[in-house]
Amino acid sequence: MSDRIFGGFGLALAIFYIWAASIIKDSFMVDIVGPRAFPYIVGAILGLTSIYFILRPDDEPEWPIMRDFAEILFAGAVMLLYAWSLPEVGFIISTIFATAYLTWRLGTAPLWSLAIGVMTSVGIYVVFHLILGLSLAKGPLGF
Amino acid sequence: METLSLLMDGFAVAMTAQNLFLAVLGCFLGTLMGALPGLGPANGVAILIPIAFSLGLGPTPSLILLTSVYYGAMYGGRISSILLNIPGDEPAMMTCLDGHPMALNGHAGEALSLSGVASFVGAFVATCGLVVLAPQLVKIALLFGPAEYFVLFTVAFATLGGISSTNQAKSAFAAALGLGIAMIGSDSQTGSQRFTFDHIHLYDGIDFLIAIVGLFALSEVFIFLEHHRGGSVGATNATKIGRIMPDFKMIKYCLPSMARGTGLGFFAGVLPGAGASLGSFLAYSLEKQTVDREGKTFGKGDPRGVAAPEAGNNAASGGALVPMLALGVPGSGTTAVLLAVLLQLNITPGPLLFQKNPDVVWGLIAALFIANIILLAMNIPLVGLFTRVLMVPTRILMPIVAMISFVGIYSITGSTFDVMLMVGFGFVGWLLRKLEVPLVPVILGILLGNQMEVNLRRAMTISDGDWSVLVGSPLAIILWLIAITGFVLPMFMGRRMKDRMQKNRPDDLAPGG
Repeated sequence: MSDRIFGGFGLALAIFYIWAASIIKDSFMVDIVGPRAFPYIVGAILGLTSIYFILRPDDEPEWPIMRDFAEILFAGAVMLLYAWSLPEVGFIISTIFATAYLTWRLGTAPLWSLAIGVMTSVGIYVVFHLILGLSLAKGPLGF
Repeated sequence: METLSLLMDGFAVAMTAQNLFLAVLGCFLGTLMGALPGLGPANGVAILIPIAFSLGLGPTPSLILLTSVYYGAMYGGRISSILLNIPGDEPAMMTCLDGHPMALNGHAGEALSLSGVASFVGAFVATCGLVVLAPQLVKIALLFGPAEYFVLFTVAFATLGGISSTNQAKSAFAAALGLGIAMIGSDSQTGSQRFTFDHIHLYDGIDFLIAIVGLFALSEVFIFLEHHRGGSVGATNATKIGRIMPDFKMIKYCLPSMARGTGLGFFAGVLPGAGASLGSFLAYSLEKQTVDREGKTFGKGDPRGVAAPEAGNNAASGGALVPMLALGVPGSGTTAVLLAVLLQLNITPGPLLFQKNPDVVWGLIAALFIANIILLAMNIPLVGLFTRVLMVPTRILMPIVAMISFVGIYSITGSTFDVMLMVGFGFVGWLLRKLEVPLVPVILGILLGNQMEVNLRRAMTISDGDWSVLVGSPLAIILWLIAITGFVLPMFMGRRMKDRMQKNRPDDLAPGG
């Protein structure tokens, strides 16, 4: 069943892709093939393989139970929040919380998680910013 | 002779103090990453690309650092195989079979040093093979026109699923997905905006580094979260290492095994779609067939069963560099990541690289030789240190991996949109892995998509729109035949090969990187 749903998504993606390819505007430069032909081929392969998934699905994969699936969604959300917060509060503060969340979910005790967060964040800041000179996100506090 | 003098020039490039330091650093980091389950060579190199790039290292130093990591990871994979029966990466799987029994019999140290020597032999001979074979392949590649190149890229995608692939439709879907992503942005030939939907962040296309780090490294973090695998891999089995100096009698005894393993492994590495996992598998099977037909000692700690697959796996990783450097077409996930390194540095591999930038090519090859010697010297005395790393629990390690991935991407793009995009790729990567859609064709599609299209359009322009040019030369027809065979063969043999490889897999395998 999972493969059939996946095939359905793939087919929708292929149709969308071919439609999006068909509205590519020509520019003042032209060549014989044009900018649409290759995307059409790619879209066709996406579509054909998706139809195959619907017709001949593989065995069901081992899906995680609801709770573990929620775990992944939450972790993804925290990472997105982390990306958004980088320029808002700066590298060190956002990294402390993001690391603490991840290590807590992997089984560290809550208070220790915060300590690991602080150590990871400061450690990365020292090694990558102060020693190696990479540019990290600067918040209003300057770090 | 010309090759030899070019190689000497390469050594002159690689032997500067900075480059030697980078090689040592890369070997050290690579061995660590290889030893840790869940951080294979592909992940390790992927995370370090943006960092090496934003450090502002030149092309040759960055390449030396990252290829040292690549070779180092290949060495490191064996450590946890032998001590814990958990392969550090996919190719090290076969080393478990005899390596772990050896450790249980109290010969852990000998198994480690023997496999270190076998790795060295395999990698060293394979690097020599690279020196001999790559320039020959370049001569053939110079005959290729745009049409042949287009077909060559098709060969790469058709064979990438490999002989053990069970569902070729999924490999094809993955490749099309990657090619589709590569089309986003402005068209390189005419400048039309494609698939950007007037979104300013998409005008330049999607940076392949974002996709690679997201698909490889972040999806691994999600897998760990899903299974709540937070403990340390080394905590439960505290194995004594014992004597660590290699026993010369044993090495001499295993030398023929290493030679056979190296030959097979190199062959598997050069062929498209085979790679290191198959190399070590073939080496082990052949060795068992040759010296232990009745199955008396193999699987119970026979040193020859450690030497053969280790030599095979490292020879394959050297062999895999031949098509990558000479043709610009990688045959495995890790070499695809190395291709990303070259593209990021604005170097296009292929025959022209050997003519235009001989210093880069030969500097890189010299660095491989140096990395090998450093790894041998580093692995035998320091193996105790590397085993201690296995004690670090993954609940601390994986968040650090995630954060370093973020740091790398943010430091080259400076954009939160790109970091969010990477999270998206991580999630999609997790989903695709669940559905058993291979990720390597996606990566390769993103990397090669534009070149593939450019070659198609050039061929069409030359032939004035006649599509038959794609089968217009004997060379192109041969390549089509290879592509079709490579795509169709696994449909018949894939299930059997996969079952045979799975049978040897230990139960508590952490997913390879």
